[in-house]
Amino acid sequence: MAEAVLDHADAHDAHDAHEGHVHKTNTGMSNNKLAMWVFLGSECLLFGGLISTYLLYRHNIQDGPGPSEEFFDIPFTSASSFVLLMSSLTMVLAHSAAERGDQKRLKIWLLSTALLGSVFVSGQIYEFTVFVREGLGWSTSPFSSAFYALTGFHGVHVTIGIIMLLSTFISTLRGRMHPGNAETVEIVGLYWHFVDIVWVFIFTVIYLAA
Amino acid sequence: MAIIENPLELESGDVVRVAERPLGVLTRPSGNTGWQSWLFTVDHKRIGIMYGAFAMFFFLIGGLEALAIRLQLAVPNGKILSPETYNQVFTMHGVTMIFLVIMPLAAAFANYLLPLQLGARDVAFPRMNALSLWVFLAGGIFLCSSLFIGGWFENVPNGGWFNYAPNSGTLFSPTKGIDFYAIGLQILGIASLVSAINLIVTTLNMRAEGMSLMRMPVLSWMLLVVQFLLLFALPVITVALFLLMFDRLWGANFFNVEMGADPLLWQHLFWIFGHPEVYILILPSFGIISEVIPVFSRKPIFGYSFMVGSGIAIGFLGWGVWAHHMFVSGIGPISVAAFSVSTMMIAVPTGVKILNWVATMWGGRIQLTTAMLFAVGVVSMFTIGGLSGVTHAASAADTQQTDTYYIVAHFHYVIFGGALLGIFSGFYFWWPKMFGYKLNETWGKWNFWLQIVGFNLTFGPMHILGLQGMSRRIDSYDPGYGFELWNMVSSIGSFVIFAGVFIFLINVFVSKRQAEHLPPVGPDPWDARSLEWMTASPTPEHNFDTEIVIDSLDHFWHQKYGYDDDGNVVRIAYAEDVAHDGSATNVHLPSPSYWPIVLASGFPFVGYGLIYNYWLCAIGGFLIVGAIFGWVFEHPDDPDAAHGHHDDHGDDDGHDGHEVDEGTTENAEADLVTADSATDAGEASDG
Ligand SMILES: [Cu+2]
Repeated sequence: MAEAVLDHADAHDAHDAHEGHVHKTNTGMSNNKLAMWVFLGSECLLFGGLISTYLLYRHNIQDGPGPSEEFFDIPFTSASSFVLLMSSLTMVLAHSAAERGDQKRLKIWLLSTALLGSVFVSGQIYEFTVFVREGLGWSTSPFSSAFYALTGFHGVHVTIGIIMLLSTFISTLRGRMHPGNAETVEIVGLYWHFVDIVWVFIFTVIYLAA
Repeated sequence: MAIIENPLELESGDVVRVAERPLGVLTRPSGNTGWQSWLFTVDHKRIGIMYGAFAMFFFLIGGLEALAIRLQLAVPNGKILSPETYNQVFTMHGVTMIFLVIMPLAAAFANYLLPLQLGARDVAFPRMNALSLWVFLAGGIFLCSSLFIGGWFENVPNGGWFNYAPNSGTLFSPTKGIDFYAIGLQILGIASLVSAINLIVTTLNMRAEGMSLMRMPVLSWMLLVVQFLLLFALPVITVALFLLMFDRLWGANFFNVEMGADPLLWQHLFWIFGHPEVYILILPSFGIISEVIPVFSRKPIFGYSFMVGSGIAIGFLGWGVWAHHMFVSGIGPISVAAFSVSTMMIAVPTGVKILNWVATMWGGRIQLTTAMLFAVGVVSMFTIGGLSGVTHAASAADTQQTDTYYIVAHFHYVIFGGALLGIFSGFYFWWPKMFGYKLNETWGKWNFWLQIVGFNLTFGPMHILGLQGMSRRIDSYDPGYGFELWNMVSSIGSFVIFAGVFIFLINVFVSKRQAEHLPPVGPDPWDARSLEWMTASPTPEHNFDTEIVIDSLDHFWHQKYGYDDDGNVVRIAYAEDVAHDGSATNVHLPSPSYWPIVLASGFPFVGYGLIYNYWLCAIGGFLIVGAIFGWVFEHPDDPDAAHGHHDDHGDDDGHDGHEVDEGTTENAEADLVTADSATDAGEASDG
């Protein structure tokens, strides 16, 4: 949720040309972007812990339903996974629009990414309600707790990503976004792609391994 | 180079709009004096000092808890604490000392020294730095409030610092104590994670020109390794704490053995965090003494690259040894053998470090200042702790030692004898840099000797008690087992430690009083080597007057010393001549902000809310979300306060508006007029 301060990219470019001086960092990567990379490194371990917990309790289903093809609605979840993966594509398009300074497409793609993400989260909520009706409560078994914790944590991450996307979208409406700040879109994109990749793992571990 | 403000560069005549405080509701804090200058500061040095001050406060609490434990155990059948209270006291002692004392004290040095040692103006994200501090304080207060909330010693964590399942479940621990533990540590984890990201980015991105990684002081290196350990270890315990919280608050089944849950899950998650945590505690101290020993041996550090390399190696190996805490939990002979070997391997890089410190001192002109005494104390005491650690690595021996006082002895030699003594060495060493006066050496020596003698009296006998079979975490013991003598010695020792710490506190005030009659300490009172000594004492708010260009390891030392024709070291300049005098004015610094402390204040509300009443969560959530909102819309720099600019302030939140070259002071003055009028012009045209 970075803010664009200077409203004019040319100012930045002119400045660079004039002074031969950029905001130099030792790595050449901006502080914000590096911070996001570092943060995502930490997130890997968070999901690593949750996925391990799920794997440990996968077969501990007590009297409740277990992770089986009959219980999961694989086609439904595959469809919503596809929606989430498509949102990575629109995110890429948003970033490239931002780099080109194409305001209109930037807005369109940001909004589509957020929309696709929302479709995924809605699908997840719907799926949860179905599972609960079919007898898989939060407290039913170690499997159920681990399942909801892992997918729930991921869902919260997607939701935070949607908020970041919408905040960026609102900044473009307010005219605070410009090609010099394409990096903001890129950083949101880093987070978004990460959350998508994590879902690929989760989908494999929970649904495909069922 | 002159000070140039971006809008000046516009040759097209286009209007530059500076998006500025679109809400227009709140002005920024502006006070440079009084309590406001501390509460809303984003200055890494003030933040570092506050980290230290709060940690010392918690140190007193944790110390009193330790004394209560030793009073209880001084004689057989102690009656001072009930068994239940005893559990609470030793749990809080451990949690407090680890999370609220050693870690923040290391953070104090990291915050204060890292930017200085790297030649930077501040950390990468100054407001996030303030956030870490206040979230740490919020978490600490939250955790310690368990001592009296809902009744005196009613809801205190009582499961030990590692809080094993299933004892931590609501069945065996029905009070709110474990909830305070689970939520409190999560709040503290947020603080450490934010700080770790911030300091990693600072180290990787904000070093002065010429300061390549292999020219960084060993302390900076060790702090960097620690931040990476925090970065990867914290999420693991976060998972564990979340799962525990889910179990306790909302009936999940992660540790519910009735449902067939596996209690070893907690042990694995906890120790995957817990062993790297040991290095998180000790490596800053290793870094500190790696600065102190060369200065007082009048020699460069022996084997710099080996020092750095062994620190990194410890950081890596530290991830593959966690199950040595679980040798008796039934993980199977192959796991035990593997972790036994990997644990012994870690003694190698540690041994490299110890030998390098000794080699640094070897043949040096040693000055036994208090800082140096504490540093030598670390080398010797940590060696004892390290050796008893190797005896745990041998799993057959460990089976006998597990859960006895031998373990308690071992980790106190490591954490007290290693980490804490190193931090005291750092106090004496950097005190003049931080506060402008030296701590008194006579009181300092009393402090050291009382602390080291008291320490060995307290924890040395615990080796014997442990080998005799005395269990840890028992609230009393019967007479006739041969435990009486050494427990009494240990309890007496703990009061000697207390006297030593008390003398340190006296020393702080006595020395301040005495310093009024002494000449100022100058930039470099110890004739030291690293960059923080190259500016005035106490460090001016802007750190360095001009940007420094580094051309070697120990750059500052090489400014002072050269070689004559015979290759002998000769002084070529005095510190006062090469160090900055701190007189630069008009250096633009990151502006203070209300939001970090507001944001942090939301977390305890969420915590109490989860335990007692969800409405409190709403208040906490409102504070957090509101503060994030205010934060995002706040210009990282306050243009109203813009009087000359520089380019080294943090790059908070993608801000790239004030991009300027650092100039000499005179040029800065000369160009101020243009810079300011440019800012004004920018604002005037703000749509
Ligand atoms: Cu360990």
